[in-house]
Amino acid sequence: MPIELKHVTYTYMPQTPFERVALQDVSLTIEEGSFTAIAGHTGSGKSTLVQHLNGILQPTSGQVLVDGTDLAARGKAALAARRKVGMVFQYPEHQLFEETVALDIAFGPKNLELPEAEIEQRVRQAMEFVHLDYETYKDRSPFQLSGGQMRRAAIAGVIALQPKYLVLDEPTAGLDPRGREDLLQRIVQLHKKEKITIVFVSHNMDDIARTADRVVFMDQGKVLLDEAPAKAFFAEKEIAQAGLAAPQMVTLLTKLREKGLAVDPAAFTMEDGVAHIMKALREAKSC
Amino acid sequence: MNFIELTNMSHVYHDGTENAHTAVDHIDLTIKEGEFLAILGTNGSGKSTLAKHFNAILLPTEGHCRVAGMDTADEAHLWDIRQQVGMVFQNPDNQIIAAVVEDDVAFGPENLGVPPEKIRQRVAESLAAVGMEHYRKFAPHLLSGGQKQRIAIAGALAMHTKCLVLDEPTAMLDPSGRRDVLHTVRQLHEKVGITVVYITHFMEEAAAADRILVMEQGKIVDDGTPAEIFRQVAVMKKRGLDVPLAAEVAWRLRQQGVRLPERILTDEDLVMALCR
Ligand SMILES: Nc1ncnc2c1ncn2[C@@H]1O[C@H](COP(=O)(O)OP(=O)(O)OP(=O)(O)O)[C@@H](O)[C@H]1O
Ligand SMILES: Nc1ncnc2c1ncn2[C@@H]1O[C@H](COP(=O)(O)OP(=O)(O)OP(=O)(O)O)[C@@H](O)[C@H]1O
Ligand SMILES: [Mg+2]
Ligand SMILES: [Mg+2]
Repeated sequence: MPIELKHVTYTYMPQTPFERVALQDVSLTIEEGSFTAIAGHTGSGKSTLVQHLNGILQPTSGQVLVDGTDLAARGKAALAARRKVGMVFQYPEHQLFEETVALDIAFGPKNLELPEAEIEQRVRQAMEFVHLDYETYKDRSPFQLSGGQMRRAAIAGVIALQPKYLVLDEPTAGLDPRGREDLLQRIVQLHKKEKITIVFVSHNMDDIARTADRVVFMDQGKVLLDEAPAKAFFAEKEIAQAGLAAPQMVTLLTKLREKGLAVDPAAFTMEDGVAHIMKALREAKSC
Repeated sequence: MNFIELTNMSHVYHDGTENAHTAVDHIDLTIKEGEFLAILGTNGSGKSTLAKHFNAILLPTEGHCRVAGMDTADEAHLWDIRQQVGMVFQNPDNQIIAAVVEDDVAFGPENLGVPPEKIRQRVAESLAAVGMEHYRKFAPHLLSGGQKQRIAIAGALAMHTKCLVLDEPTAMLDPSGRRDVLHTVRQLHEKVGITVVYITHFMEEAAAADRILVMEQGKIVDDGTPAEIFRQVAVMKKRGLDVPLAAEVAWRLRQQGVRLPERILTDEDLVMALCR
């Protein structure tokens, strides 16, 4: 069963001078087993949108259903539905609070009332997932870490919950290049092997190209485009309107093409991009 | 002239306790006045710790840090140093002070004793430079992640310091926002001649600097021009870092026998070389 947003409108601080409509009549269905990216310019409503997926924010009007259960309902069913959705916040500081990294990551599993041994096992696995060495970091304070290390700790805390739906708000921001690539690959593996449904917010079309099967562009609280990435990357008008940029390889190949090299711009990986250029060079010799 | 000088400088967190952690390890470094320096390094390599010494937020636990000739450990200079070096923190939440955006941006210049009418002008200019003029009356803690980051940058711009230290200023921005920030910083560097220290995980942004430092485990392991640093594609990847896309494409094309000039850092460089 999916996560469904039905005509969701969200207004921050209604009836105050700060009133702001951050989402306007958004309807989306996140199918089970899908991998969805949410992109859009600063302030377009991405974080507001994803915070609806596990009920941190409740729609001002409209409904959010997880596996058929309305998150706004009271009682056990709604709580259980919310727990199916694990959420990594945009700023990791907003979700770290325990004294040590290990305690922080164990917090969620403890709430699920799992046995001690299983909790430790999950903490170890989650730290391994984000490449934080267990022995080195388990007793460190989460607030005395570097920015990238903090983000890894925050992601580990949600991975340890083993949620059915995993929602990540700009998970690779602040990670170094290898850390970013490793994390993306591991999320893809999780998706493939464990059939976990992924929703992630990203400004990085290269990351989206390599992972997602669907991308939603947000613009001023509305859905601007909802497409397969391979198509979305060539929607120039929408990309510009959303303050985004095509993947770097597509951008480079398009520039070469504009200067007269007959190269196919539809390449998202280094290997494909180089192959397309070589092919064009062999066929044309020069521009 | 040297603007920042580090001699044999270390920073050990919790120095002298069992939790002691060496984050910056005996560094010698000089940054010239008017230079645009980018710092690269994997997570935890010591970039932020190093940068926090440049305006005396952190003090060396060993060695010295001099800014415009003043030793940062000498408390008498603290005011002078902060007047010359503005800082944009990695997390904008650590920087937001006031309850209204325009007061937040005005906070720095007010502290420097800038007259009110000048402050108003600076606030307007700085907010315009980051595209946030419409949010003047807004509450900064109620903004989106990227909007907060822009406000933090505006606050540093409004101080008109001789040197700007920016710690991953574009991490939460969309591509157009990233372009704007880098452009603004480059303009300040070129037109006003300010010294820039720019920490980033985006290799294309580092390519816009005059000089790049590479850090690893608290030490400087490489120091050179973008062309020198990004020529070493395999070395950079082994370090857990990367090179700009165009530099890697050029490197791979050369390996397949395509003749290309040495210095290719940007798409434009590569287009020029291939489409002569
Ligand atoms: N707590 C809040 N109170 C009032 N307005 C808010 C609050 N949080 C966000 N907003 C406003 O709602 C709009 C949408 O914000 P949101 O955080 O969803 O944007 P976003 O797309 O995630 O942006 P970013 O890429 O910068 O993180 C913005 O205009 C923002 O200023
Ligand atoms: N307050 C602190 N107390 C103890 N150790 C700290 C503290 N802040 C950072 N460290 C440690 O010092 C080392 C350097 O951290 P620093 O924040 O300088 O890294 P960085 O290069 O900026 O990393 P990132 O790219 O993740 O921001 C890290 O190993 C980190 O865990
Ligand atoms: Mg956001
Ligand atoms: Mg840092």
